Amino acid sequence: MEIIEHFLYTKEHEWVSIEDNTGTVGITDYAQQALGDITYVELPGVDKDVEQFEQLLSVESVKSASDIFSPVSGKVIEVNEDLVDDPSILNRYCYDKGWIVRIEISDADETSNLLTADEYRNYLASLDRNDNGESLEE
Amino acid sequence: MNPYIANTPEDVRLMLEAVGARSIDDLFVDIQPRHAPRSFDLPEGLSEYEVVRHLNDLSLKNMVGPVPFIGGGYYDHYVPAACQALIARGEFYTAYTPYQPECAQGTLQALFEFQSCICALTGMDVANASLYEGGTALYEAMMMALRITGRNRVVIDSGVSPIYRKILKSYTHSLNIEFIETPVLHGQGDRSAINKVLDGATAAVILQNPNFFGAIDDHADIAAKAHACGALLIESVYPVSLGLLKTPAEMGADIVTGEGQSLGLPLNFGGPYLGFIAARKKYIRQMPGRIVGETVDAQGRRCFVNTLQAREQHIRREKATSNICTNVALCATQAAIFMSLVGKEGLKDLAQLNCDKAEFLKSRLAMIKGVEVKRSSPTFNEFTVCLSRSANDVVERMMMRGFAAGFPLGRYYDGMDNYLLIAVTEKRTRAELDGYAKALEEVLRA
Amino acid sequence: MNLIFEQSVAGRRGVKLPVSDVPVKAVLPSRYLRACAAQWPEVSELDVVRHFTRLSQRNFSVDANFYPLGSCTMKYNPKFTEKVAGMSGFADLHPLLPQLKGGEKYAQGALEVLYECERWLCAITGMKAYTMQPLAGAHGELTGIMLMAAYHKAKGNTKKKFVIVPDSAHGTNPASAAVAGYSIISVPSDKRGVMDLEKLKGVLTDEVAGLMMTCPDTHGVFNPQIDEIARLIHSVDGIMYYDGANLNAILGRARPGDLGFDVVHLNLHKTFATPHGGGGPGSGPVGVSGKLEPFLPVSRVMKRSDGVFALNYDYPDSIGYIASFYGAFGIILRAYAYMLILGREGLKQTADHAVLNANYLLHKLKPYYQVAFDRVCMHECLFSASRQLERGVHAIDIAKFLIDRNIHPPTVYFPLTVKEAIMIEPTETESRATLDEFAAAMIEAAALVKSSPDVFHSFPATMPISRPDEVKAAREMKVNFFARPDAR
Repeated sequence: MEIIEHFLYTKEHEWVSIEDNTGTVGITDYAQQALGDITYVELPGVDKDVEQFEQLLSVESVKSASDIFSPVSGKVIEVNEDLVDDPSILNRYCYDKGWIVRIEISDADETSNLLTADEYRNYLASLDRNDNGESLEE
Repeated sequence: MNPYIANTPEDVRLMLEAVGARSIDDLFVDIQPRHAPRSFDLPEGLSEYEVVRHLNDLSLKNMVGPVPFIGGGYYDHYVPAACQALIARGEFYTAYTPYQPECAQGTLQALFEFQSCICALTGMDVANASLYEGGTALYEAMMMALRITGRNRVVIDSGVSPIYRKILKSYTHSLNIEFIETPVLHGQGDRSAINKVLDGATAAVILQNPNFFGAIDDHADIAAKAHACGALLIESVYPVSLGLLKTPAEMGADIVTGEGQSLGLPLNFGGPYLGFIAARKKYIRQMPGRIVGETVDAQGRRCFVNTLQAREQHIRREKATSNICTNVALCATQAAIFMSLVGKEGLKDLAQLNCDKAEFLKSRLAMIKGVEVKRSSPTFNEFTVCLSRSANDVVERMMMRGFAAGFPLGRYYDGMDNYLLIAVTEKRTRAELDGYAKALEEVLRA
Repeated sequence: MNLIFEQSVAGRRGVKLPVSDVPVKAVLPSRYLRACAAQWPEVSELDVVRHFTRLSQRNFSVDANFYPLGSCTMKYNPKFTEKVAGMSGFADLHPLLPQLKGGEKYAQGALEVLYECERWLCAITGMKAYTMQPLAGAHGELTGIMLMAAYHKAKGNTKKKFVIVPDSAHGTNPASAAVAGYSIISVPSDKRGVMDLEKLKGVLTDEVAGLMMTCPDTHGVFNPQIDEIARLIHSVDGIMYYDGANLNAILGRARPGDLGFDVVHLNLHKTFATPHGGGGPGSGPVGVSGKLEPFLPVSRVMKRSDGVFALNYDYPDSIGYIASFYGAFGIILRAYAYMLILGREGLKQTADHAVLNANYLLHKLKPYYQVAFDRVCMHECLFSASRQLERGVHAIDIAKFLIDRNIHPPTVYFPLTVKEAIMIEPTETESRATLDEFAAAMIEAAALVKSSPDVFHSFPATMPISRPDEVKAAREMKVNFFARPDAR
């Protein structure tokens, strides 16, 4: 499971990479694997205002539709139009060519609510443990 | 014994033994005595013959004898025998929703062909695998336009079926949607009234062609105005008329719906019928209901599957584009068979025949004293006349002469008590048309 | 197989039209005409008959295959009901006839069918009145929720915002409530497979408009605490909504009206044996208790004191029109014929044998598959392929194995509450011998999972196609043979 060291993460498996005041947002390798082959990305409109952890957009696979939440508050300033024509980019290059939106961050302090790469790695490990321990009723 | 239960008392004994229960009652332990029915007051069952005889007696109490001239969106077209014979195959009608594509390619391919025929008919890019019927299909089209535009005002022409308009209003009663009904002018949609209310808050303009009065129109100018405001044009259409008439796509419509009964379905006293919806490609994800798509299997063989299911209720639950689960697959299959039988040239001829016969009756009626044929706009196979007396009375008297003479518009339009809507299909013969004119003349003279 | 369009040959005709016998050739102004003809196929009648016959042979169906699709009640559809539906007095009857002034006299037989069918359904379910108009189960749900909303609105109760739905519910339940403007509260099931009563109490406030329940539910369990749930919901003036998907299990054993439900929708295509048609047309009549009756859609069918059946539109509190006419009449007619032939005892036997057959399969398969809830089941039994998954075989793989045995697979991956769910509803019309054959196939599959799990990926091997690429279908969206490449 690939994790990029200098990115920040959410427990919903989004990543954000921050440069100056702009956050580039995408979904993690774990998320794209869990979703399976992505068939559609419903991009938000440019200029959309979002709050941290509010629903930002949704992605579809054949048998599921999943909401993607914004890791930061701010205004959407750019969306990755390439995903409209070829959503498989999200599966193949989730951390670079598969970026989804860029957001002009309105509250830099909120990044303290996000996980570092190490914290996210530990979080995934804990999920894995729970998953193995889970069993069917009865 | 019930002919639809195969288990004999011996089977039951063996099965209970296997299950470890003493009686069938034991299997109902969770239904406790306090849950028992307060009554279950029903007659005992009849034999098959008795039921058939009883229902045949009831069927004879319905008057299907008078020569039909009633339309209103539902028409007495001929249904070729092959249509009925093919959909009577148990492999079609006792199958269910194609959840397992490997053992449902028949239904899936038939629905793909249906979608393609609807696209060819309307000129639109995409169609779904059908909706319940024309009225609820128009409601779904309206909801689609609201989702696409994010607006909540709808402009609807009074020439749209009054039944459909009532449906739209019932469904949106508790939702925050503003309806503006615009009047009909000289039989057609009133441009100036529509233009006056079209603005940046309008989600859609809803029109029907031919409209409820039978008048045909070209709505390209309204489409252009709507698009200039960022609104969509929704057209409700009568499929057979599209053998001749300008397609909604040519007019610039964004979403097209209609009642498909005229595509090989019997009148059935109101159902089951066939709603269809088609749209521009960019709106496909906002389209409700089942959609069949082409793909290939693991070995590269062409095949068909339910696709874009992530829009639907079984995946999105409360966030779905609509609550619709199934379509009317059998009716859509029947329509696909009808459209294949009629074919490209047959549709043109069929439409021309309908139009010719209606024009003939129109010209005959125009000569009758007490009949004013509304000629402000051309019509297809249905037209409006104004009579010198109440249309209700005329229809009742015509019925005694063996003609279901038409539908009195006063039922749905205030102040139109003398107006009669008359439909003529390819099934009406010259003799029936002459007979109708003669009978009407007598009734009006009496 | 070729598409019908690929068989098209210019000049072929599939139907002979009458020659015009009127001396008129209508010429419409060209601005009203289409530029070119619709590209419907040009084929002969035999081309069409052979094409669609071959297509039909690519379907599994109840007539040809065991079809234990859970929650869908794929029982046998008696042939005589087709004959009844085809009678000219019904099939050729125009729906606007009874809307003529005094026009009810032209449709007495059809109106009597609607009226009597309503009365039968009232007696079967313990409700006060029905509307026969809804055209499918989901359409019935939406109608039922609209009635719920009308009830609260009439009482001036503007607080009602939420509809409670168990996590085991069909997806249409939350979708229908959402379409009608409500927010959804999902309540989980407990370890015994029924709604968790404590969790329900935890979310119950006077903002709750109602609760939607399938009973028995999609776990195949009849909730013995159903009366307590109704009491709780009624204590906040909520409406109890009964999803009739599984009514087949309790015919003659319990009635939703007696259990405390205020509104129900039925699926005539499930319980009352009307054909499923490859996915519709269905029919979803809605029944109500007295407190919701004033809000039922119009028209309603009444019997006047002189014995004449008539349409009545005079209900000022009605929610209005929910469909163009009186329902899927042809389907209602088939269901009515079915009720007449079964009668009181036949309906009871239906539930008895549906439940017996499901329990029989439950016991036969229990040693081989993980049961979801180990208790007596109603009309369907629910398993999980969790043991098989340990060897890499999913529920879908077992489904595909069954296709090669000419058996339509059970419902898989529903309900969502159970991982790798396999939901089996045999229905009452299947014989012990058929159930034994099915069980043998399932047991063979379980054995094959142990010996050679890898072979499952190659199933089905006997069908014209196998494992279609659904990702490609969703990404490419080819839904129209005539699609222009530049379409937007």
